Amino acid sequence: MIAEAGHYALVLALALSLIQSTVPIAGARWGDAALMNVARSTALAQLLFVAVSCTALVMLHVSSDFSVANVFENSHSTKPLLYKITGVWGNHEGSMLLWVAILALFGGLVAAFGNNLPLSLRAHVLAVQGWIAAAFYLFILMTSNPFLRIATPPIEGRDLNPVLQDIGLAVHPPMLYLGYVGFSISFSFAVAALMEGRIDAAWARWVRPWTLVAWIFLTLGIAMGSYWAYYELGWGGWWFWDPVENASLMPWLAGTALLHSAVVMEKRNALKVWTILLSILTFSLSLLGTFLVRSGVLTSVHAFATDPTRGVFILLILCFFIGGSLTLYAWRASTLKQGGLFAPISREGALVLNNLFLTTACATVFVGTLYPLALEVLTGDKISVGAPFFNLTFGPLFVPLMMAMSFGPLLAWKRGDLLGAAQRLTAAGIAALVAIAVAYAWTYGGSTFAPLAIGLAIFVIAGAMCDLAERTALFRAPFATAMQRARGLPRATWGTAFAHAGVGVALIGIVCETTWNSEYIGTLKPNEVARVAGYELKLDGVTQRQGPNYREMIAQFTVRLDGEKLSVMTPSKRNFTTRGSSTTEAALLTRGASQLYISLGESTNEGAVAVRIYHKPLVLLIWWGPVLMAFGGMLSLSDRRLRVGAPKPAKASRALQAAE
Amino acid sequence: MTLWFVFALMTVAAIFAVLWPLSRGSAASAGGGSEAAVYRDQLAEIDRDVAAGLIGPSEAEAARVEISRRLLAAADSKDDLPGQANLGLRRSSTVLALVGLPVAAVAFYLSLGSPQLGDFPLASRSRAPDVNQPIDNLIAQVEAHLDKNPTDGRGWSVLAPALVRLGRYDDAIRALRNSITYNGDSAERRSDLGEALTGSAGGVVTSQAKAEFERAAALNADEPKAGYFLGLAAEQDGRRTDAAAIWRAMLAKAPADAPWRPLVQAALVRVGGPAAPTLSNDAMAAAKDMNEADRGAMIRGMVDRLATRLKENGDDVEGWLRLVRAYMVMGERDKAVSALGDARQAVANDAERLRQLNEGLKNLGLDG
Repeated sequence: MIAEAGHYALVLALALSLIQSTVPIAGARWGDAALMNVARSTALAQLLFVAVSCTALVMLHVSSDFSVANVFENSHSTKPLLYKITGVWGNHEGSMLLWVAILALFGGLVAAFGNNLPLSLRAHVLAVQGWIAAAFYLFILMTSNPFLRIATPPIEGRDLNPVLQDIGLAVHPPMLYLGYVGFSISFSFAVAALMEGRIDAAWARWVRPWTLVAWIFLTLGIAMGSYWAYYELGWGGWWFWDPVENASLMPWLAGTALLHSAVVMEKRNALKVWTILLSILTFSLSLLGTFLVRSGVLTSVHAFATDPTRGVFILLILCFFIGGSLTLYAWRASTLKQGGLFAPISREGALVLNNLFLTTACATVFVGTLYPLALEVLTGDKISVGAPFFNLTFGPLFVPLMMAMSFGPLLAWKRGDLLGAAQRLTAAGIAALVAIAVAYAWTYGGSTFAPLAIGLAIFVIAGAMCDLAERTALFRAPFATAMQRARGLPRATWGTAFAHAGVGVALIGIVCETTWNSEYIGTLKPNEVARVAGYELKLDGVTQRQGPNYREMIAQFTVRLDGEKLSVMTPSKRNFTTRGSSTTEAALLTRGASQLYISLGESTNEGAVAVRIYHKPLVLLIWWGPVLMAFGGMLSLSDRRLRVGAPKPAKASRALQAAE
Repeated sequence: MTLWFVFALMTVAAIFAVLWPLSRGSAASAGGGSEAAVYRDQLAEIDRDVAAGLIGPSEAEAARVEISRRLLAAADSKDDLPGQANLGLRRSSTVLALVGLPVAAVAFYLSLGSPQLGDFPLASRSRAPDVNQPIDNLIAQVEAHLDKNPTDGRGWSVLAPALVRLGRYDDAIRALRNSITYNGDSAERRSDLGEALTGSAGGVVTSQAKAEFERAAALNADEPKAGYFLGLAAEQDGRRTDAAAIWRAMLAKAPADAPWRPLVQAALVRVGGPAAPTLSNDAMAAAKDMNEADRGAMIRGMVDRLATRLKENGDDVEGWLRLVRAYMVMGERDKAVSALGDARQAVANDAERLRQLNEGLKNLGLDG
């Protein structure tokens, strides 16, 4: 009964989404408040039914009901409870259910907390959410139904792919989907504005926090996925420019651009039309990501061609929403009122520059990801566009962006003073030069670019601090006054500083890891010693152990530094019997922000084990950076003040710097 | 029945969600923010910022001017229609909710769902073996048992052939490897493993599989499966004569009633040439060093042995053909014809063998 109730709840959610996507629009067209309010109650009811459906699927997985095909294919009775639950979204059908559940959650949030939105805007927004939801409910029910049954249930399931049986993958997909799907809200707002033919102040006030929520989750989701790949796949790599990763990076880049243009829109009423376009593009890229990952087109274009049902369905959804919204944009954008004006050198101007670089960077990733696919479809040639392409295109775009990043917050709204901003950044510049000199001296004879990149990162971090020091008048006023001003600063300002510093922190990690990484690859016999970056690792021995649904080979290493025993590391290799596949569980030893990394390969007959040992200096900064960015985002989100960008008057003497 | 009751409750809840705002009617028409309200809030915010010292008075003044301008513009364009009830639309929405929603939901569900199936949580299912259970379940039970007792060699050896039959070659390979580990090495297990490897490669004898067969042959040179597959490997490598030689040697050494004889004979026919008499490698090597007379004596001895064996057991078509051909080669046509007669007599009451015999004779050019 649980399975069928969950199935029926999903069908009811589809029916409700169809009503939600039509009745409120009719209500808005003829000005009937009651009809417009239908959007709200149906959105909430839809959320309820999807929640029922998800709960049902979780219960089926937990109770190992193998009469449900999805449970049979992706679960096993001996799997630990945690992975029985996370296995719900570790497969295609379940993850699509999670996708619509999050969509319904966002719709429900707009319905529940959208009291201060104009009634017709709310009706339109929820109706657009209803269309998206209906399309995906249909997709799930027709092509990826998680509630299909097996009449004679098998006694045991096929187990979840072992590399997915990991805590990182338990958290990563929900985070990523909260990000992807969160952008549907700004998309719905954009389409609603185009349908209404006007963008009012309430619009701007609403879009930014939603975008920010989505952006925070997407940032954390991508960082989480990258860390998972780092420790679970056993190669010590954290970013492969893999199409699946690019699929999440593209919405992030567009979303970051959207976040900044939404700030201009909220505070200065400018860049309206551009913000609308970015909203549409960001969600389109999220949909594209869903298509790339879920249609199987990446595994092989030919596999996709032989069983195209799912792919073609998502492709249709993709064409309908992207094509439809862009057509609507082309048709209606001209009717929207243009916003305020600003000088090229101003905070607005800096944000436009940011948008320019971010969208270009996004476009390079787009080309690098889709070009091989297009080529394979057209000519059948298989090429792979890898790190060299992205390093050559993406890198040069990010350098000027990061240079400009420190200047932006120091410029005033409407008309800024570049020279003044540069003066205030002198300290940051000096810090950067010192960092370059120190890094160069330390690694004399090594890479030339790496110290420069470190200098850039330090410039970004110091620039963020300069901004704070400037606003609190840290060195100009007495310390107590500065502290008082610091407390009085809007949390959004702190958020900006943290997020920008986070980019610099991540850059330091990336540069250090890629440049000064040292490794040992070879086979070790018991009691042999490997030396990496001054550490001595002795293989004590190899033992076998039986886990709940796997057997594992554990190697024990004693780590010494300068003859002193530091710790014991136990990397292992797990063999999952049901799927007949194995995973490597790398052992990590964290020393500050650096890590020692051991992963096991095959063991030979003579008792020797193939091992890969890496020393990765400051590698953790790669993920601390995004966490810092997300923390900055949360600070900014918690700031519920209204945002007004006070313009710099044309001929005013330099007074107090605007707070934000 | 409970299921349908739950469905009905859920449907009612869904309908209620649509009807509720409609029933509230124009009472709910108020509400919703307006643009002017946002601007008024912004003006208040500027006052607070100035009070907190976050912006200077001149910036505040500039901001106030801008916002006031927008506020005026918003108030000007405020030509919103007052909320008006549209009874026709409301009625059709009500009908849509009351009729359309349940009909669509039930129709959609019935075409996809399986309302007749109950729950089958693991806990409520018996794990005792049952003769009616499909073989998959039995295998799953054995696998579960072996997961917990991976050193049970007997279990692996029971499981492996069942997996091979189901085509789960990869699992079978694992089971056979375990069986070899825990039961000890043997020619049969090695050649079973080779067969599973071949199966998982879609019938191609891979080098890995070939290595297993060679190991099996080393353990027991007469292991028929290994011999057959080594021949197959040679055939797949394009070495048809080698394949034929291997198979001929097998047939020569094999007992007449070996169940795999027809398979190897068919394979031999496939690589070309009739199943001609052959000598084992050792005999061939010995024969090379002999003088003419000795060699003739050796061959004659072998042919006589064959003839005696066939007199005792005449079922062996292959043997008869070999005998006939041997006589022909030795130039003793009359003996060949008489052997032919004996052969016909021996297999007369078996149509299949008779057909094989006649076919073989046709190939020898001794039709008659």
